[in-house]
Amino acid sequence: MKVIKQSPIKSAFTVLALAFASSTTMAQELSITVTNLTQGLHFTPVITAAHASDNHLFMAGEMASVELQTMAEGGDISGLVNMLTNADANLNENPAMGLLAPTMSASFSLTNDSANTHLSLAAMILPSNDGFVGLDSWKIPEEAGTYTVFLNAYDAGTEANDEIRGSGAPGEAGMPVPPPLDASIGMNGTGVTDMESNTKVHIHRGSLGDDNMTAGKSDINNSVQRWLNPVAKLTITVQ
Amino acid sequence: MLTFITPKKSTNKLTLQLLIASVFTLGLAACNDNDKVAEEVVVVPVVTVMPEPPAMEYSYSITLTNLTYAQPLSPVAVALHGDTKMWQVGQSASVALEKLAEGGDNADFIALTSNMAAMSSEGAVPPGASVTLDISTTEPMATYLTVATMLVNTNDAFSGLTGVDISTLMLNQEKSWRLNVYDSGTELNNEALGTIPGPADGGVGYDATRNDIDLIGYHSGVVSKDDGLSSSVLTQDHRFDNPAVKLTITRTK
Repeated sequence: MKVIKQSPIKSAFTVLALAFASSTTMAQELSITVTNLTQGLHFTPVITAAHASDNHLFMAGEMASVELQTMAEGGDISGLVNMLTNADANLNENPAMGLLAPTMSASFSLTNDSANTHLSLAAMILPSNDGFVGLDSWKIPEEAGTYTVFLNAYDAGTEANDEIRGSGAPGEAGMPVPPPLDASIGMNGTGVTDMESNTKVHIHRGSLGDDNMTAGKSDINNSVQRWLNPVAKLTITVQ
Repeated sequence: MLTFITPKKSTNKLTLQLLIASVFTLGLAACNDNDKVAEEVVVVPVVTVMPEPPAMEYSYSITLTNLTYAQPLSPVAVALHGDTKMWQVGQSASVALEKLAEGGDNADFIALTSNMAAMSSEGAVPPGASVTLDISTTEPMATYLTVATMLVNTNDAFSGLTGVDISTLMLNQEKSWRLNVYDSGTELNNEALGTIPGPADGGVGYDATRNDIDLIGYHSGVVSKDDGLSSSVLTQDHRFDNPAVKLTITRTK
């Protein structure tokens, strides 16, 4: 960015000003760090994309795509990767090489083409039925600098939040439990609810959980695996 | 004047062009103003070595407001220091921070040798109340701010900010934040009888044993006995959400 005030030698800058103005439409180099701010949630493989301004991975208040549903219910980002690749987006997949553990960070670089002016991110949060951390189409600043964005947890609206062990396949009930989480998640929960009356993407209402690891309604530990927003921090350096 | 944020190379080139342009312009201006001695006007850039300035005092007024419903905040620690952070998400808490976060005791935190100026509010800050602290320093490197306080009806929740650069604050300029709640990660959030130092329990504060994940993160909120943690001494009153604190700093000198 430039701030040019009137000066007696204004004309000397005209050419320079044009040169700088044109640089804003060129590719940008981004250094990005995503931090899991929580102490009790894991993130499944994170997908980050720079894309055209009219693309969205998700929108609050709209129905989830099948690709988003697949990510939010089971952590599988392959559908989103295909969708974004077809839209000529610039992608980063799975920077943590697996689960992003509580309080941990993952860093990566992303070069965005001139048409890909907006940034989005998604990853499922565990344990949950269809919860995900998301960034929806954030405009990438043209000015060099470091920017911080805090991210909230969303509910894809595609699965009832029964909060009990089950499947990560889209359309199947229950929460996926990958091995690293197995010991920290309860058993024999009877289910918090079998309804999902708001079927659009919305801010997650949080998990209920309970204090019984072998019974109760929920398999989620209420004093460890709940959260308050924000759940993630994104630090973006535009070079 | 003009401000450019550009790669270093271009800036250097620009600076050179600017210098040439200014010399040229000044030269022209001088000719117009003083025809008689036009030949004598030669503008030479002069580099003056400034003497060491006398010790200057910087003062700040810091106001903190407790935004919670029923979480008194422990005496508020304020520190000015160099470019460092007193805590970070994903790192272990220092013992000084652990004492503040588990027991509301900020004595060690304020006494940290990295602090160039530090102070505490006189007492706790009740819900809905505000406190203002005035802090001064003559140390030119003390341009980073840390503020920390415990939510006392919790096991080890604290709020604050750390290592925030305040060097660009102009006189009378104000900056404000709404702060989230951290968990020091040093004590399990069991909300159990005898583990919470605030009025909800009157239990033990600092305990050297670290029985949680020993990594700082954001707090998940208290559950309370009313919301399904049967062994909790807390009630629905003690629940909180982000943000928990409003902080404003004004440079006053």
